[in-house]
Amino acid sequence: MARPLDWQLATVAGVHDETDTVRSFSLTLPNWGGHRPGQHVDLRLTAEDGYSVERSYSIASEPERAPEVDITVERIPDGEVSPFLHDVVVPGDRVELRGPIGGYFVWDAAQPGPLLLVGGGSGVVPLMAMIRHRARVGAMNPTRLLLSSRGADEIIYREELDRMSATQDGFEVVHTLTRERPAGWNGYSRRIDEAMLSEVLEPLGREARVYICGPTALVESAANALVRIGLAPSQIRTERFGPTGS
Amino acid sequence: MTDRFVTRGFVGRRTAEGSGDVGSRIPPGQYITRDFPVLSAGPTPRTPLEQWTFSIQGLVKEPVSWSWQEFLALPAREWTVDISCVTKWTKLDMRWKGVSVDTLLEAVELDERAAFVIAWSDGGYTTNLPLADVLNGQAFVAYEYDGAPLVPEHGGPARLVVPARYFWKSAKWIRGIRLQAEDQPGFWESFGYHNRGDQWREERYSGD
Amino acid sequence: MADMTTGDLMVDGNALAGLLAELFGADVTLVPAKCAACGEVNMMGGLHAYVQAPGSVLRCPICHAVMMRIVQTDRATRIEMRGIAYFRFERSSG
Repeated sequence: MARPLDWQLATVAGVHDETDTVRSFSLTLPNWGGHRPGQHVDLRLTAEDGYSVERSYSIASEPERAPEVDITVERIPDGEVSPFLHDVVVPGDRVELRGPIGGYFVWDAAQPGPLLLVGGGSGVVPLMAMIRHRARVGAMNPTRLLLSSRGADEIIYREELDRMSATQDGFEVVHTLTRERPAGWNGYSRRIDEAMLSEVLEPLGREARVYICGPTALVESAANALVRIGLAPSQIRTERFGPTGS
Repeated sequence: MTDRFVTRGFVGRRTAEGSGDVGSRIPPGQYITRDFPVLSAGPTPRTPLEQWTFSIQGLVKEPVSWSWQEFLALPAREWTVDISCVTKWTKLDMRWKGVSVDTLLEAVELDERAAFVIAWSDGGYTTNLPLADVLNGQAFVAYEYDGAPLVPEHGGPARLVVPARYFWKSAKWIRGIRLQAEDQPGFWESFGYHNRGDQWREERYSGD
Repeated sequence: MADMTTGDLMVDGNALAGLLAELFGADVTLVPAKCAACGEVNMMGGLHAYVQAPGSVLRCPICHAVMMRIVQTDRATRIEMRGIAYFRFERSSG
């Protein structure tokens, strides 16, 4: 079994478009020891002359899907790596990968209690691994995902989230859109702020465990707001992606 | 050539940017970039302009200090220079406006022992240069980039610019320089980066 | 993480988890580290990381002092941890 630090070759088994700019890749690995929801993998791409770059991607799939591991990648127009993944990589291709990595931003159903997940754009990816895992093992702890997206067409995993929200297992998704308000929209339509977090948190209570993931500015602002609302910093785990568009 | 697994179809950003096709303007090992990458070792300082000062201290007869308004009133000029960062990007024809270090040093009388300049910044960053490397138009303190006030992410309100050295020597958020007889490696120089940093000699790292 | 050109560059120490695991031989994101400047203890994964500089810098989330610097050159990796008063690696029993 490969150690998480060892680079191994992953094969792209399939691709699936989540939105116009976001694509998921299903990878199969010869030596995968499983992962915990929230962990990430590092990919390494090497050109013929040896020039190489590494990027980290959160694992989108639940551990129960092993040995298949999904990552979800947003195509950043001037990026060095995401346009390559979107435009060049096809099923059958292989990429170097190591992982799973990171014990800090992790939740699994062995941790009881209400759960608040806050995501901005592609920050939803590691949260989705947690949500999918929770559904797979039949956990019933009250869980809410507050998901901020630019527009309705840009909500990643929208159908799956809405479907899971409709089952009666204690999970609910709450959307907010920051750049458009479609006709008939009854979700929030503004950036995440303290008032919104307060309302979303209310049914879960002040003892909720919180995971926030997304662009640094969104994560900072949400984490600070939750502390002002009265949560202890130790209840909150953050995963900042860097600037918007990362 | 590499014995590592090669990823089918991957070339990386540099070929798309056309490295090498402007001939000798690109230092060895560098790639041309069209954007202006932001690199930082810490949070962006936000000193209010009413509190901002630039000072020259150390081996000078009398230390001197300018307020922001006083600094803007100093003779300034436009500079169009190529910049290279040790992380391998090079950007051509960057337009700055600022005050030459020569102009700043005219306000002080240097002690004859002064041989090194330590540039220090808000947030604790420092970098070191021989005095000879910042004289005669080789260095300036810039407060405008591309025709607009320098934004905090790129070192505003003012940063040092030393075009003949890797860009880590061009201290962002500079607040002063200190003249010393002894050299004093700065934040990156004391930690594995080359003390001098001449991109044309590819002086990236100190001897391992 | 992914490509960036502007904005606030700070990420969580978790972003360096792979590199730190290479250096320490294990995932250290949950290892508490005490800041030598202010005395606050935080898990490595929760430190503030700046990964776009010529090297990577980990800072205390409370006082922002530099706790760790990592520079990778062609031939070697340097780590400096003067800003860490101690790490606490818990031993498993048995």
